[in-house]
Amino acid sequence: MAGALIRVPSSARRGEIIEIKTLISHVMESGYRRTEQGTVIPRDILRQFVCTYNGVEIFRAEIYQAIAANPYIAFTTVATESGRIAFTWSGDNGYSATQSVEITVS
Amino acid sequence: MKRRKLIVAGGAVGASLGLGIRPVAAAPADLHAAIEALVGTATVNKGRVTLELAALVENGNTVPLGIRADSPMTEADHVTAIHVFAEKNPQPYVAVFHLGPRAGRASVSTRIRLADTQTVVAICVMSDGSFWSGSADSVVTLAACVEPA
Amino acid sequence: MDTRRRSRSRSPFREPFGRADPSRPTIWPTLAAPALFIMALTCAKAGTADPPLAERRSGYALMSPQTRAMQDDDVENPAMLWVQDGAALWNRKPAAAAPSCAACHGDAQVAMRGVAARYPAYDASAAGPLDLEQRINRCRTERQHAAALPFESRDLLALTAYIARQSRGMPIDIAVDARTAPFLAAGRAEFERRRGQLDLACGQCHVDNWNRHLAGSLITQGLATAYPIYRFEWQALGSLQRRLRGCIGGVRAALYDYGAPELVNLELFLMWRARGMSLESPGVRP
Repeated sequence: MAGALIRVPSSARRGEIIEIKTLISHVMESGYRRTEQGTVIPRDILRQFVCTYNGVEIFRAEIYQAIAANPYIAFTTVATESGRIAFTWSGDNGYSATQSVEITVS
Repeated sequence: MKRRKLIVAGGAVGASLGLGIRPVAAAPADLHAAIEALVGTATVNKGRVTLELAALVENGNTVPLGIRADSPMTEADHVTAIHVFAEKNPQPYVAVFHLGPRAGRASVSTRIRLADTQTVVAICVMSDGSFWSGSADSVVTLAACVEPA
Repeated sequence: MDTRRRSRSRSPFREPFGRADPSRPTIWPTLAAPALFIMALTCAKAGTADPPLAERRSGYALMSPQTRAMQDDDVENPAMLWVQDGAALWNRKPAAAAPSCAACHGDAQVAMRGVAARYPAYDASAAGPLDLEQRINRCRTERQHAAALPFESRDLLALTAYIARQSRGMPIDIAVDARTAPFLAAGRAEFERRRGQLDLACGQCHVDNWNRHLAGSLITQGLATAYPIYRFEWQALGSLQRRLRGCIGGVRAALYDYGAPELVNLELFLMWRARGMSLESPGVRP
């Protein structure tokens, strides 16, 4: 439940710059909100997003509470070889999620 | 007349009920302190960095932000990191994006929260250790962070 | 509404919606009501709750280009996270001995195509209209022998979004007949009734003052073309009833419970107002 949406082209030419779009379900509770009774709702956010390409880190983000709920992160990378592009999100309260896609590069 | 006053005072149609205690907003001094923590005494050059940010946002909770840096992204000359700051949020540091020559181009998009009308600043760290910045202003009428749940 | 307000109004509509009409009877004869209502429906006029199709604008048209772009791309649209969950739920058995939705309905892309575009719909066993959420829960309790999903729960929103997605791009088409007419009339009455400490009726904002601002928000025509929606204000997906309760609370009126007949009737009327318009579900809204 509550996964991620990812767009990576399934195939690309070697050397082509490809666009990667990611959207993950997460409330990103800022820690500034209060309930109607006045108690602070504790912070619960994603803190890190890492993308690897055949095991090599190609992109990393460290994010804080000013990143909107259900974080959207889009970036680019050069298609170097066929293989697996993997995404890992981690954050408060031991949160961790991983997803990966395959790409064919010719 | 009385009805109009009620409408003006009521002001929160579509917003939630209840009152929240507003945390102290970050002052420009906090922004400068945060930037100084990153760059130390080094010069921050203005330029090479463009922000795509709407001049007027519909809701501060979800504000699309694009950052582009002018760089060949080669092994010898590339952006290593993009740091984002929001001048008047409760705390000014938004995120840092770590790139490298494998990025192809320095281009990142995300969505941020803005707690007030303010300036968003992006500082790029280049492979030669230099700092380059760009900024954009945005008007926010429905604030993030400080509205009650 | 006093005449000074009327003469200063920049509304394109010919009459202020909220003006009370003392000549209108408050109790409709039961037999005449459906026939009269069906006749009234055929004479749409500007300045009422029902402008002609060409004059209707979805909230989409009033959004910024950035927000429209977010709705238009299924990887950028946060509502699609719930659709993804709904697809998984569609195939999941709620209990070991119970069928999944797919077991009876098959492929949702085929079986659910067109469904959301005609909801709320009259249900004979309920002797009244059900909205999509209630229809899903009927299936869960009566066919799947599982507990009903709470309104605004993640699972119910996910299933609703998934089913609604299957009608995206189709024209909204609410049945108008002797069975639905009294509920449409009741929904129209809800739309026209002033309520709350602010003493406002829906039309005073959504007919008389759409495309103007109220407390930083742009007022739409209230045409429910995109529900359930990912709303920036909520930072989450929510139903039309959640939005209605937000407005009703906003004018400081007592809230109807989720699933209350008043809300279902109002949903029915709002979807009828949007008939012929393209369903955008699930949408993105500020």
